[in-house]
Amino acid sequence: MQTVKIVIAGPFNAGKTQFIGSISEIEVVSTEQKITDGSRVVKGETTVAMDFGRITVDDDLVLYLFGTPGQKRFDFMWDILAEGMLGFVVLVDSARPETFREATMILDRFRRYSGAPYVIAANKQDVEDAWPPEDLRIALRAPSGTKVLPCVATDRQSVKDVLLELLYSVLDKPSKE
Amino acid sequence: MALKGNLRDFSVTQLFNLINLARKTGSLTLVGYNRRAQVCFKEGRLVHASFNGQEDGLIGMLERSGKISREQSRVVRARCATDADKEVGLLLINAGYVTQDDIVQSVRSHTLDVVYLLFTWADGSFLFEPNKLPSEGAITVPIRLENVIMEGTRRVKEYETLQAELPDLDMALKFAERPDARIKDINLTVEEWRIISFINPRNTIRQIAKANSLSDFKIRRIVYGLLSAGLVELVMPEVPRKVAPEDEVASAPPPVKRSLILRLIDKVRRM
Repeated sequence: MQTVKIVIAGPFNAGKTQFIGSISEIEVVSTEQKITDGSRVVKGETTVAMDFGRITVDDDLVLYLFGTPGQKRFDFMWDILAEGMLGFVVLVDSARPETFREATMILDRFRRYSGAPYVIAANKQDVEDAWPPEDLRIALRAPSGTKVLPCVATDRQSVKDVLLELLYSVLDKPSKE
Repeated sequence: MALKGNLRDFSVTQLFNLINLARKTGSLTLVGYNRRAQVCFKEGRLVHASFNGQEDGLIGMLERSGKISREQSRVVRARCATDADKEVGLLLINAGYVTQDDIVQSVRSHTLDVVYLLFTWADGSFLFEPNKLPSEGAITVPIRLENVIMEGTRRVKEYETLQAELPDLDMALKFAERPDARIKDINLTVEEWRIISFINPRNTIRQIAKANSLSDFKIRRIVYGLLSAGLVELVMPEVPRKVAPEDEVASAPPPVKRSLILRLIDKVRRM
């Protein structure tokens, strides 16, 4: 069986857990349930809870969805997650512009460490104060040609649409047959 | 006169004890299990250890301990004109990549990893050469032997248990498919998450260990933990059992086949 990985990145509370939960066939760890900050120290080693979901395509292929830990001090996990990924989604809370700078930083970092295709998902588009995707593109200084997609992470169809756009981007990238 | 013999007759524990009590300075070379190790002591304290063939030096140690990323490791190797650990260390500190404490911790951790593995050797030759110390450029960290011996002895017992539970590293893993299985409130270490992302029936445990630069002991310990928690199951590997180069480990196949992406698209559309 072959496994492939898509990473869902984004600032803390952007909706990564909900995004994965809307589409995963297995129940997802929810970092929001943690009393403190999503981490524990076990036997002297720091551990971190991450969002992890799965979509079984068929007997031969499984897609894993990994959500990056939102807390900044777990940045070191991003490099590990970025290894071998098919592509990534940068999820942004469109209604919280105070998180846009962090989203830009996350985007820059992943782009630096990986040439994998990506899309930006402007989440929480159902919230009144949400910035429209095109305004978000400007705010994030996203390169032209980058897909900035409307998203409501609680809506399964919306999540599917984002993943499909990412997969189309992967398809457009030169690959072997 | 050099001390020499076989570990069948004089164990690593006994050797370390002797070196500790006699406050010896010198280098202990052990050859066994197709490997060669060198362990250096100064006045009865452990100062340096390495396996031959593990020539990645300080940069490799810092990467394995998570103090620098793989990308930083590549950049530093490309820019460094020297192999000497002390000079590399100074360069890294001046560049702001690591602190002196990071270096000391990483060297210490590496030294102990080597030594703890040696405690599990029951066979092999040893030779102690007095007053032979690591090269000038090597970074040495003095470590008291009493605690090392105690921990080494504990690990031998743990290693034997893990060996019994997981005798075959050429088996593969898959996620548990129990109907009531829920991945909930899982807190894993960085290493454990890394292993998780390599789990699929095409990757043997041995291949996963090699891809992550983990010792047999460490990978057994991690996998045993995941098995005990019911997160994964042992399966026969889906490819013929042979040790493949680490770049063949299939965590994700670059470049990606078009047909694979089309299958993914089709699945997501149908969901």
